[in-house]
Amino acid sequence: MATETEIIDLQKIRSDFPILSREVNGKPLVYFDNGASSQKPQQVIDVISHYYEYEHSNIHRGIHTLSQEATNAYEDARKTLQHFINAKHDHEVIFTAGTTGSINLVASSFGKKYLKEGDEIIISTMEHHSNIVPWQMICEEKGAILKVVPINDDGEFLMEEFNDLLSDKTKLVAVTHVSNTLGTINPVKEIIEKSHANGALVLIDGAQSIPHTKVDVQELDCDFYVFSGHKMCGPTGVGILYGKEDILNNLPPYQGGGDMIKTVTFEKTTYNSLPHKLEAGTPNIAGGIGLAAAAKYMNEIGIDKIEAYEHELLIYATQQIKQIDGVRIIGEAENKASVLSFLVDGTHPSDIGMIVDKLGVAIRTGHHCTEPLMDRFGIPGTARASFAFYNTIEEVDIFITALKRAIKMLL
Amino acid sequence: MKIKEGQNEIIEEFALFDEWMDKYEHIIELGKDLPIIDDKNKVEENLIKGCQSRVWLHAELIDNKIIFSADSDAIITKGIIALVIRVYSNNTPKDIAQSELFFIDKIGLQEHLSPSRSNGLLSMVKQIKMYSIAFQVKA
Repeated sequence: MATETEIIDLQKIRSDFPILSREVNGKPLVYFDNGASSQKPQQVIDVISHYYEYEHSNIHRGIHTLSQEATNAYEDARKTLQHFINAKHDHEVIFTAGTTGSINLVASSFGKKYLKEGDEIIISTMEHHSNIVPWQMICEEKGAILKVVPINDDGEFLMEEFNDLLSDKTKLVAVTHVSNTLGTINPVKEIIEKSHANGALVLIDGAQSIPHTKVDVQELDCDFYVFSGHKMCGPTGVGILYGKEDILNNLPPYQGGGDMIKTVTFEKTTYNSLPHKLEAGTPNIAGGIGLAAAAKYMNEIGIDKIEAYEHELLIYATQQIKQIDGVRIIGEAENKASVLSFLVDGTHPSDIGMIVDKLGVAIRTGHHCTEPLMDRFGIPGTARASFAFYNTIEEVDIFITALKRAIKMLL
Repeated sequence: MKIKEGQNEIIEEFALFDEWMDKYEHIIELGKDLPIIDDKNKVEENLIKGCQSRVWLHAELIDNKIIFSADSDAIITKGIIALVIRVYSNNTPKDIAQSELFFIDKIGLQEHLSPSRSNGLLSMVKQIKMYSIAFQVKA
């Protein structure tokens, strides 16, 4: 196994994250709950503080200097994020409250205009509730049908079954790029190609992929790509909806309010152009600027390096955990991101989580907002360790030791 | 009052433990030892669904005293439940309704009642109070 320093400067990176030097329950924090939310580097915290200290004002249409500066900062952030995902235009990048907000926007606006009775939307078994419930809601409203692509026992998307589900009734396919519970990396390019060949649009849930892998929306040719800021070292409450220009132009507005209008009279309102048409009200300005700072930070380290290093952490942790008697890994796809879900015979995940927490190790337990997926495996939940590029091999060792101690206490 | 005394006893019992490890080991033992619910009562209508673990709570009134039984699929939750049942079971609805639950805080397990745990324990405590009020009306 290659050493950490060969890929990234771990010491430097860890010093960027103030929270990593704190203690929890009297022990050094080992943070393995990155799938739920990542920690924030000083560079991002500083940009947000600086914005509130020196630059804050409401954006767009302000005549004064501060407003113009804040507007520039916000629109520059949009451009940074455009380049981060290689979108063709900056107005294809819509600021939202996060992945959930982005999916709800598409489900509502797209569904309202294009869905009719008997139409079908396809999702997969491994979707997060945020990529299930918004579609259920709009399907119910429109009399459309939600179809679900099954997975195999390793947690892999079944392409043949997907082919069988695709038909001229399929209006949209919404699939996660990386499963938050299993770590499975889905063959999204193939899914997109097949969907397009069938005349269906595709939304990719990038919440778990954007922090770990290079995303190029033009290369993928997806119609929508959605993700959150807080899982990629950015602040909470901000995220992105990427959509192809012509598709977004044809979507009706999601919410009405300030900023999204061209003119308003009591008789008729005309709407603003992209991206503003889909961004009603004063946005999360500091959030958007902070998210761009996070994208710059990750780019400086190099997403390829982040991916390679996290893969090593996953491989090492998987090898170590497999040596413990009674451990069963949930999700053994060939292509996996740095998510390790597991169960231990004779124990409940929440008991494991509570005890390792006492030993300073933060993992997540439960159904991870993927109840249908848990049902597919016939389990109530899992314990999940998810790694980021600032984690270390030593931390994996601490986790494994803590896990062994928990098992000893519980059995 | 019996409920207060019962809680004070538990606080004394836990004062013996300096280390969290010992405390948790004791709770785990309590959880393992107690078959605290009859299988016929482990049904959907007695289920309190938390995000993390499931809790079953059954209550019946015998001679104006509520007899509680409960269970959980998570052992630490089950151990704490065993303590809660020990405190509340076999008391009158009126006493339960008027009582305050303070021992969980005092023995340093308040985190288990926090909403972020979503382990069903907080809902179970609320449900116990609901039963006491309902049985009071009945009596």
